Amino acid sequence: METCKNFCPVSDTNPQACSVRLQSVAKKFGDGPDVLQDINFDAVAGDFVAIIGPSGCGKSTLLRMLAGLVSQNSGQIEIDGSAPGRNSPELSYVFQEPTLLAWQRVAANVELPLILRGVPAARRAEIVQRCLRQVRLGERADAFPRQLSGGQQMRVSIARALALDPRLLLLDEPFGALDEMTRNHLNEELLSLREAASWTAFFVTHSVAEAVFLANRVIIMSANPGCIAHEVAIDLPYPRTPATREEPSFQQLAAKVSGLLRTVEEAAK
Amino acid sequence: MKIRCSTIWPALIAGSAFIAIWYGVRGIISPAREFMLPPPHEVLAAFGEHATELLNASRNTGIGALLGFSLAVVVAVAMALTLSLNNLIRAGLYPYLMMMQMMPVIVIAPILVLWAGAGLPSVTIITFLICFFPLVVNTTQGLISTDRSLVELFKMYRASKWQEIVRLRVPAALPYFFTGLRIAGTLAPIGAIVGDFSAGNSAGNGGGLGFLTLIYGAQFKMAALFATVFSGCVLGFVFVAAVSGLSWLCLHQWHDSYEKPDN
Repeated sequence: METCKNFCPVSDTNPQACSVRLQSVAKKFGDGPDVLQDINFDAVAGDFVAIIGPSGCGKSTLLRMLAGLVSQNSGQIEIDGSAPGRNSPELSYVFQEPTLLAWQRVAANVELPLILRGVPAARRAEIVQRCLRQVRLGERADAFPRQLSGGQQMRVSIARALALDPRLLLLDEPFGALDEMTRNHLNEELLSLREAASWTAFFVTHSVAEAVFLANRVIIMSANPGCIAHEVAIDLPYPRTPATREEPSFQQLAAKVSGLLRTVEEAAK
Repeated sequence: MKIRCSTIWPALIAGSAFIAIWYGVRGIISPAREFMLPPPHEVLAAFGEHATELLNASRNTGIGALLGFSLAVVVAVAMALTLSLNNLIRAGLYPYLMMMQMMPVIVIAPILVLWAGAGLPSVTIITFLICFFPLVVNTTQGLISTDRSLVELFKMYRASKWQEIVRLRVPAALPYFFTGLRIAGTLAPIGAIVGDFSAGNSAGNGGGLGFLTLIYGAQFKMAALFATVFSGCVLGFVFVAAVSGLSWLCLHQWHDSYEKPDN
C-alpha cells in the first residue's frame, strides 16, 4: 500500500484555509527590468483575492511565484508561514486552458493529483466521485475531455484542483476563453464550492465584473514595473447570487474598479 | 474508421479506368514492343503461374521487413527517450542521425553483406536503417513537445521524473510516434525489397521479392515482373493497414485526428 505523509484529502475536520504574506517581493527575468517590484500584500485565511491589471503587469508571474513555479529575486513569500514549494500547504493551480490529459477519461483526470501524491487507491474513487458531483459532472466520468464543451472541460479542471482539498487555490484567468453566460455560471459555481470548503483564493482576471462578483478584495496592478496600484474591498455579503450583479452597490464597486483600472492603464501610456 | 460506400465507389471506378487505359495503351504500341507491357490478364495469369515463388518471396521479404521494422521501433523509442531527456545528448547525436538518413542504402548493402552475410541479416539491417530515422525524429519531437502547463501541473503535484515520463510525456507523444510509425510502415517493405535486391541473392528459401525481380528481369519475364511489383504493393498495403489499425486502437477515442465518439 502506498503511503503518504502530511496528507489528508477528505479530512474529518475541514482543513483551514491558509494565509499568504508577500513582503517587498521583486522579480525579474534574466537581466531584464523588474517584472514585479515591491509587492506587499497580506491575505488572511479565507480571502478571495481578485487580481486585475493591464497585460504584462506580472499578474501571472505573481501567481506562479505563489505556486512555487518561479522564485522571487528579493523579498519574502510566506504561505502559512513557510516558503512556496515542497513544504507549503496544499495548493492547486487552475490554468487558463483546461489543461487536461486528453488520453484520460474525466474521472482519471480528476484522479491524477491523488495518484501523483500517493493517495491509496481505495480512497481515490470516492474523492473523484465527490469532486465530479460538486462540479455537476458526475454523469460524465467516463467521457474523454474532447467530448465535453469548453465550460465542462474547465469544470473538470476545477474538480481536479479540488481533489486534494487545497488550502490555497490559484486561478490564472480560468474562464477567460469562455462566453459570458458560461463564465457567469462558473463564477456562481465557484462561489458555491467555496461555501462547501475552505480555501484562500487568488484569481487573475481581465473582467472587472468577474473580479467584483467573486472577490472580497480586488487588487489593481499597474505595469512596467508591475506593482500593486490600488486595492478595493468588496463588502458585498456572501453568498452572492445572479441578483447580486443587479444591485446598485455591485455596480458602484464595478464602476470604481473600472475607473481605477483606467487610470492605471492611462498612466502606463 | 468506417469504410463507406462513398469512398469505395470512386476508388473502384478509378481502378477500372486505370485498367482500361492500360489496355488502351497496349492497343496503340507497336507489336514489336508489345512485350514491354503485358496486358492485365497476362499479369493475372503470371500470378497463378508463379504463385508458389511469389508467395514464398513475399513471405521472405515480409519477415525481413517485419524484423527490421520491429528492431527500428524498439531502438528508436529507446533512443528517443534518451534524446528527449538530455539536450546535450540530443545536440551531440542529431547530426549523426541525419547522416545516417543520408546514407545511400545501395552503397551500404555490399558492406553489410560482407559484415552480416547475405540474406535475412542484411535485409533486416537495411530495413532497420531505412525505418529508424522517421521513427526516432517523430518520437523525440513528441516527447519534447509536451504541453508546458501540464509539465508544470505535474511539477506542482510533485510528480517524480518517472511519473512524468510514464503518465505524461509518453502518452502525449503517441500521436507523433504513430506519425513516424506510418512513415516507417510504408518504408519497411520497400527497404526489405531494396535490401533483398542487393543483398538477398544467396538467402535460403530462394530469396525475397527483390531477388525475384533480378531473376525475372534476367529472363525477360515481363508479366512475372509486373506480378512481383503488385506483390510488393500488397505487402506494403498489409504493413500500412496493420500500422493504421494499431494507431486507431491507441488514438481514436481521444485524439482529434479521429472522429469524436458520440456523446
